[in-house]
Amino acid sequence: MILTIIIVLGILMLAAAFMALYLKDLLSAIIASGAISLMASVIYIILAAPDVAMTEAAIGSGLTTIVFLYALHLVRKKQEDKHD
Amino acid sequence: MTIITILGFLLIIIGLWGMLTRKHLFRIILGFSIIDTGIHLVIVSLGYIKGRTAPIFDADLSPIDAINRIVDPIPSALVLTAIVIGLAVTALMLVYVIQMHRHKGSLEISDYEELKW
Amino acid sequence: MIKRFFSLIFVVLLALVFLPLVTEIKPLSELGMTSAKYAEDGAAELGAANLVTSVVVTYRGLDTLGEVTVLFITTAGIGFMLRRKTILPEKKRRASEILKSGTSFLLPLIILFGVYIFVHGHLTPGGGFQGGVVIASAIVLLMLSDINMHPDHNILNWLESLSGAFYVIMGILGLILAGGFLDNRFLPLGEFGKIFSAGAIPVIYSLIGLKVGAELVGILNKLGREDK
Repeated sequence: MILTIIIVLGILMLAAAFMALYLKDLLSAIIASGAISLMASVIYIILAAPDVAMTEAAIGSGLTTIVFLYALHLVRKKQEDKHD
Repeated sequence: MTIITILGFLLIIIGLWGMLTRKHLFRIILGFSIIDTGIHLVIVSLGYIKGRTAPIFDADLSPIDAINRIVDPIPSALVLTAIVIGLAVTALMLVYVIQMHRHKGSLEISDYEELKW
Repeated sequence: MIKRFFSLIFVVLLALVFLPLVTEIKPLSELGMTSAKYAEDGAAELGAANLVTSVVVTYRGLDTLGEVTVLFITTAGIGFMLRRKTILPEKKRRASEILKSGTSFLLPLIILFGVYIFVHGHLTPGGGFQGGVVIASAIVLLMLSDINMHPDHNILNWLESLSGAFYVIMGILGLILAGGFLDNRFLPLGEFGKIFSAGAIPVIYSLIGLKVGAELVGILNKLGREDK
């Protein structure tokens, strides 16, 4: 049972990794990379490390995504300014 | 759990492949953060012992027989700090990319030719 | 194309390096020497129910101090690279009514949850880092809902410096009054499993939480305010 969960999560994580690298839309790619961390935090629970799971869920999938989005916003804004 | 170790190594390889072949600067940083997650998975999975529980004492887990019932706490503690540093390093890299974009107006790595040989 | 070929060769070679690690490392069957010592003596020595916390805050406390220093240097670097001479007033879209009411309802709860996480770091999973991040996310919510609201730079700086300084002072107090740098036993250990227990661990972890929270809010604030 647990092995099945791990295999499904692993396939999802590998798929999300490829999506993060190859999706055309940068916003979707960033969300995909956040999803990797979220699934990794489930695996940490299975590995009996709840502290790491909490940290990964809060930092890896939460704040890292926010930082990426802020940076993307700044870069996009600059490009729009240049086109004006 | 060997399968999780393998998963971590696969993530490291995918992230490195992305860093080497993708041209967009944001993708390179995304590849770095995938490598980060993979390394954390490998470290934590090496500390796991089959059938044991988390190193937190309560009514069910007394400190006396803890040595035979808990997983290794040291990899967890190391990864805990590594995740926070990973965020800080990612943010620093992103700010550096913003700065590069401000100077040259491009996010493609092939446009930065100063160090090309 | 040739470059892609070399990348492929490099990645395949790296995979070959990893292969023996996967096939030959045997899964752990019992704790190593250091971990066994922590597991045996950790609870009685330090009085913390969460063994990971006692490793992070006390046994490997110096590493955590170094890590917080790395975080501080990164924040300083980001502030240095994103400095602007003039901040132009700009037109931004206002936040919707739903986001505003939701924020005013959720904000105290999120902050309370963050404080709960780092105060109970020695009893349950969680601690300074996680609690600090939860508080930082509350501030991000506030920044999203109210576009004119920016955390006061001076308050953040003072909070960060003071908590960092108190962290080091706690370490030195441990050096003077107890066994060594960052030793938690200069405060009474208390009753095992209660909130006022484990000596200085809750105090130190709360300071770490405040410092990490202030630093992350600082990073996000600099990224978000960077106008024009």
